[in-house]
Amino acid sequence: MMRERIQLFLLASCAWISIAITLAIAVALLQETVSFFREVSAAQFLLDTEWTPLFWEKHYGIWPLVCGTVITTVISLVVAIPVGTTIALFLAEWSPRSLRQIIKPILEILSGIPTIVFGYFSVTIATPLLRIIFPSLPGFNALSAGVVMGIMMVPLMATLVEDALSVVPQSFREASYALGASRLTTMLRVTLPAAAGGVVAACILALSRALGETMIVTIAAGQQPRFSLNPLQAVETLTAFIAQVVMGDTPYGSIEHRAVFVVGCLLFLGTFTLNVGSMWIRERFSSTR
Amino acid sequence: MGQALKKEGVHEIVSVADLNLWYGSHQALRSISLSAMTGEVLALIGPSGCGKSSFLRTLNRMNDLIPIVRVEGRVIVMGQDIYHDGVELAELRRRVGLVFQRSNPFPKSIYDNIAYGPRIHGERRRSELDGIVEQSLRRADLWEEVKDRLSASALGLSGGQQQRLCIARALAVRPTILLMDEPASALDPRSTAKIEELIGMLRGEYTIVIVTHNMQQAARVSDRTAFFCDGSLIETGVTSELFTNPRNAQTQDYITGRFG
Repeated sequence: MMRERIQLFLLASCAWISIAITLAIAVALLQETVSFFREVSAAQFLLDTEWTPLFWEKHYGIWPLVCGTVITTVISLVVAIPVGTTIALFLAEWSPRSLRQIIKPILEILSGIPTIVFGYFSVTIATPLLRIIFPSLPGFNALSAGVVMGIMMVPLMATLVEDALSVVPQSFREASYALGASRLTTMLRVTLPAAAGGVVAACILALSRALGETMIVTIAAGQQPRFSLNPLQAVETLTAFIAQVVMGDTPYGSIEHRAVFVVGCLLFLGTFTLNVGSMWIRERFSSTR
Repeated sequence: MGQALKKEGVHEIVSVADLNLWYGSHQALRSISLSAMTGEVLALIGPSGCGKSSFLRTLNRMNDLIPIVRVEGRVIVMGQDIYHDGVELAELRRRVGLVFQRSNPFPKSIYDNIAYGPRIHGERRRSELDGIVEQSLRRADLWEEVKDRLSASALGLSGGQQQRLCIARALAVRPTILLMDEPASALDPRSTAKIEELIGMLRGEYTIVIVTHNMQQAARVSDRTAFFCDGSLIETGVTSELFTNPRNAQTQDYITGRFG
């Protein structure tokens, strides 16, 4: 009895510690956010179109950072979702086992590459290649960072979608073939829709990953907050701003430093909403089954 | 065409000669020669693993899905050697429907389940699809039960209803032959009775080949019965004769319950 109680206590405290840490982070973020808004009005934060906390003339309009994050995220998803899903479909429905045994390890290697390498790759290889299509592309730009971020997320997307496809019962495919459907028709009309919940959840996870990705955009996107959605110029994302300030020599407790927490708070809210959303979607899809 | 054939009376719509089938190195069917007549119900009986399902699935080439399968012999379905190169698989499987042992409706609405087949074969017109859906569900004796909830998920139906839905789905592409692989073995007695009744209603209009390991079922629903054992065809005959007066000792042992 005693032993069981101790075990239960240990397990419960582990669970509580993780909850406590999450709460502590949320409280710290909120505290700094509140003191930030004592000095900067919410109106300026939401209506100003410039973000220049590190300059002499300070502006605290959040939209340029949001724009930077939106552009790079959208570009990365445009790359990762179709490519990742296609690879997953190929692996799960089409490829012979021998080919699968070659492709899977390659994907795993790709997902093991440190993001700093992807960032470097974006500046030294992706940008010069993209210049073939867009000759006026600056050295640091949202397009290249987004594309490379998308390539980085392909293995994640492929793995998650393949998992979703692999739980689709074989009997659905057989029923479709027995009605005279081809492999492609079966894949697009039966297997993929049956896995829709998992595919949507995978997309949301990729989105959340893209929002939080820091290293690639810090290195390759240019660190220039800009109120524009043009992907062919330098931008700064929410995460890149945090990295810039925290690694710089901004004094602790200053308003610039507090700005980091506000941005962090915003990111936290974003990913929190996405996670709740993905949970909701998964539940909805599973209840219609 | 079906009408003309029926008038001729006995006509072999399926004719299999010297069929051998291997899964890798294991031979599952040995030199099977068996025919099905237009409009009849042919039952395939035999102990588990005797090859009756393998035989059934050669008739619409569903065995093709298993990479290690090898088939030798002549399988003529509606005048065409279906293991010949240039065979249009989609058209073959449209004309030779298959109902599986476990009901397997798609996770779609009742309507979309039935309309799936016609849609993949190119039918787009809503009014036409509506007609096919109603007609197929009526034929499968399910229309009255589901007509008010066609857009509800097919997975909300009971097991017996799901199996009748699968039959309706197979009928929706207007097949000539219907293959049934133990269609009632996963159902309760009442749903089973319903499926058997349905087979009785479909008899004549479709040629039905049904695998069953329930001998009473074979006796109730079929015109002729073929007894398989260990991959070989032991005996074929008119159902009533085969069950009352089997010629082969092995058949005798099986139908009297001495093995199997």
